[in-house]
Amino acid sequence: MIELRDITLSFGSRTLLRGASTRFTRGSMVALLGRNGTGKSTLLRAIASLGAVQGGEIRINDINVASMSSSQLARVIAFVNTERIDVEALTAHDLVAIGRAPYTDWMGRLKAADEEAIRRAMRIAGIDHLRDRNVTTLSDGECQRVMIARALSQDTDVILLDEPTAFLDLPNRYELCTLLRRLAHDEGKCIIFSTHELDIALSLADSIALIDTPMLRHMPTEEMILSGDIERLFDSHYISFDAASRAIRLHRE
Amino acid sequence: MSQNRRAILTTMLFGILGIALIALAIGDMLIGTTDVPLTDVWASLTGGATSEEYRTIVTTLRLPKVIVAIIAGMALSTSGLLMQTLFRNPLAGPYVLGISSGASLGVALFTLATPLAAMWAGTPMAALGTAGMAWIGSAVVLVAVMALSRRIKNISVILILGMMLGSTISAVVGILQYIGTEESLKAFVVWTMGSLSNVTIDNLYVMLPMTITGLLLAIAVIKPLDMLLLGESYARTMGLRVTLSRSLIFLSTTLLAGTITAFCGPIGFIGLAIPHLARMTFRTASHRILMPATMLWGAVAMLLCCVVTDIVARNGVMLPVNTITSLLGIPIIIFVVLRNRNSK
Repeated sequence: MIELRDITLSFGSRTLLRGASTRFTRGSMVALLGRNGTGKSTLLRAIASLGAVQGGEIRINDINVASMSSSQLARVIAFVNTERIDVEALTAHDLVAIGRAPYTDWMGRLKAADEEAIRRAMRIAGIDHLRDRNVTTLSDGECQRVMIARALSQDTDVILLDEPTAFLDLPNRYELCTLLRRLAHDEGKCIIFSTHELDIALSLADSIALIDTPMLRHMPTEEMILSGDIERLFDSHYISFDAASRAIRLHRE
Repeated sequence: MSQNRRAILTTMLFGILGIALIALAIGDMLIGTTDVPLTDVWASLTGGATSEEYRTIVTTLRLPKVIVAIIAGMALSTSGLLMQTLFRNPLAGPYVLGISSGASLGVALFTLATPLAAMWAGTPMAALGTAGMAWIGSAVVLVAVMALSRRIKNISVILILGMMLGSTISAVVGILQYIGTEESLKAFVVWTMGSLSNVTIDNLYVMLPMTITGLLLAIAVIKPLDMLLLGESYARTMGLRVTLSRSLIFLSTTLLAGTITAFCGPIGFIGLAIPHLARMTFRTASHRILMPATMLWGAVAMLLCCVVTDIVARNGVMLPVNTITSLLGIPIIIFVVLRNRNSK
């Protein structure tokens, strides 16, 4: 599905990744982990072709993303970030409908098939009841679900999410990630999301991609837990993380 | 609200606004320092039998004014809508962001600082020169504001800078007023007050095609505008060619705000307030409905301002149209600001 071939990625003069290669397959949910500033967002943006790689190539279905047109790309990858959309008089339905843009005519008119895709996306994301609500009145959790429904209505094989659980409370975080996992397993999508929630990532993701500057380690979750890499990277003077029990331990002074 | 009920409501609103537009257009033809009876207005327009005086009033004064009011209202409010979506800021508009001031500077340079305006007075070249300088002026300010908005993500900072830019330009225009001749100064001061009735038939030949081009461009970017509601990253990942769309929006805004400012003077608050009125009444943010709704509301509001100035004028007081648009627009803006604050 997605293949990183020997990519070099940098932000300004800082090198984030060097010679990183891996594959992300259909039907699996990947959690992208890494400390602050290690380039999780930059990597996701590069895969979505919102930014460029400095070396190597990113291939989707065996085509280099850099050579794909934006309209081709829009039918393969959908993107979700943390930004809250506060547009006056915009209903949840109309926001989800914007996701149909790659398929509609020059004016964006919705055909019956588009309405069906929107209905389906909203049902899967569990936001049927919010259909006519103004997006400015939604809670953060509801809002994030609407954004996921928008990505679903775009009808792509890949969905990239940049910290989708930020700003959500604990139950909402788990619910959202369970939803993403279901999408990967039931709909056969390839879902990659960046997160700082180690416990959620380790209990729900099929595989973990860990940025260990300048390397990218990608392996099935169980293997990652056994590798000890997570403990090593997320260790600090004050806490340590035990991957097997997903527990955080505070060091006594 | 079901989809059907929403569609019916939308159609009804368009109907009501359409009727209001026609009624106000007719009202504007009838009312003035000389009242013309309805039958004579009709006769003048259709070439029927009426007095020469009525015919002159209707065809050379009232009709152009009604046309100007309609296109000015449509153009200014549409440019406001384009900017609010492009900058993702409910308080953006040609006036607050200094675009109108930019056009003013262009016009001031043309009328006050060059002998061209006096040389070409009364010829189509004067109209074209004024419009051209207004486009350049508004385009320069728009480029500046867009460049700033790339670096600075904080929307209030952009607004404040826009206002600062506007004030700076006003100061420069103030200096230019000292350089100009008494005659050009008078013409310029009259222009700054904003008027819909100073547009001659000659000017209309420049003004109409330019605004219509701007409006057509705006209609062409309806779908990109919807996508831009979610911001540039989202728009890009949904297949939008952002640079091209931004350029088209930019061109449309310049043509609309620049042309109207060139010929009618800086008219405030229509551009900012009308899109909100359209959003509130049609309860949608989809540009497929919002764009025509904004155009129609803009035309109706501008005609209303016209009728108000006409009624006042009958009592011998000539008010600049600017004052009326401000009185009408500012309450709407205050309402929007207060409501936005409450929803946070």
